[in-house]
Amino acid sequence: MPEQAEGTAGSPTDEVRDFLRRRREQIAQRWADEPLFRAVFTVSRDEAVEAGKAVVDALAQVADAARVEDPDAAGFTTVREQLARMGAARSRAGLSTAQVSSELAALRPPVENLLVADLPDSPADHARDCVTTLSVLMGTLRVVVMQTALSEGQALIDRQRLQLLEVATPVIKLWDGIVAVPLIGTLDSARSQVVMETLLESIVEQQARYAILDITGVPTVDSLVAQHLMKTVAAARLMGAECIVSGIRPAIAQTMVHLGLDLGTVVTRASLADALGYVLHQLGVGIVNPVANGPVAR
Amino acid sequence: MSEAFPGPHTGPATGHVPVLRLGEVLLVTLQGDLHDSTAQQLQQDLAETISRSGATGVIIDISGVEIVDSFLGRVLAEIAGQTELLAARTVVVGMRPAVAITLVELGLSLPGVHTALSTEVAMELLTRHAPSSRFGGLRQESP
Repeated sequence: MPEQAEGTAGSPTDEVRDFLRRRREQIAQRWADEPLFRAVFTVSRDEAVEAGKAVVDALAQVADAARVEDPDAAGFTTVREQLARMGAARSRAGLSTAQVSSELAALRPPVENLLVADLPDSPADHARDCVTTLSVLMGTLRVVVMQTALSEGQALIDRQRLQLLEVATPVIKLWDGIVAVPLIGTLDSARSQVVMETLLESIVEQQARYAILDITGVPTVDSLVAQHLMKTVAAARLMGAECIVSGIRPAIAQTMVHLGLDLGTVVTRASLADALGYVLHQLGVGIVNPVANGPVAR
Repeated sequence: MSEAFPGPHTGPATGHVPVLRLGEVLLVTLQGDLHDSTAQQLQQDLAETISRSGATGVIIDISGVEIVDSFLGRVLAEIAGQTELLAARTVVVGMRPAVAITLVELGLSLPGVHTALSTEVAMELLTRHAPSSRFGGLRQESP
């Protein structure tokens, strides 16, 4: 690194780069006292200083590449993970995105003060340019942290959506030749597709003649949900199984009638128990109460 | 029909699908890709065999069919319709889940066709008489 001539360096970007490299230690020390670093690195101050140095190095590298306005600059890749961890730690502590952002903004003044103190003799417009460049650089750092935090959140949402698809559609074997699917939550196209596929697969696997779709956990039934149900019932029928829809709550039954939804020839029962009773009867199986010695299943 | 278009159905025509007779029931097993002309031939063969033999039921086993299109769906529905006219019942057996989903998405839920999970269940359905059909899971009452 060439030693710069006092007060008359080249472009403001180079000036800022040199300043960052020169004052690395001091900047890191001052940042370690800021709430953001103090709250994230609670174990020791040295750790915070080290983290601060890494960020300063990254900023210097970005300035070196003259890409102060580019959040995708190569210099940020080394600290991206660390920044993401810091952002995530603050979010976990209950801070809103805006609060994290303002904590990041608080990192700027100490550096700016140092820079101004470093340029006492340079011409006023040059000093102003340098400060502006530094501000832009710090702004870009903020964008990087926010970007990382948002993409982390998006990845989490995607992961959870997949998990929800897997978890929320178990197929239960109730009896020899009877399977049941308790549907929970809103039925959209993706989920009803998964439900249909897993149900049909298990019909083949278990050689189930009867399948019960229990919609107790479905909050509302509109025409779309009814259509999904009809499709599932039709597909199961094509394979040679009969579908029974159970768990239609009184309010839902009322809504369905108001909406004019017709489930056609689908057999419906009020509760899963009723549906099981119906299917057992169809199969010619009865449950006998050993005490009263009378049939229970209707 | 599809001779002009190269596709899965334009392989060498395999001619007739064998129609086996088990007492009062005719058993047809479809395997793999079914040529369109073969499907039409089968439709014709079945009609003639039913009227000649007086069979009361037809079982079409499609467990070996992995791909179904709207044409085959229509052929199945037509076979069911014509056997009904000849006083026999058609049971489609062993449809794969993917095939069932495809047919439903195509809007072909084959309302006139009876279905069963296995040939055994289908035989049971056909050899029983109407009152007992509720135990056997007969999906559609005969008119």
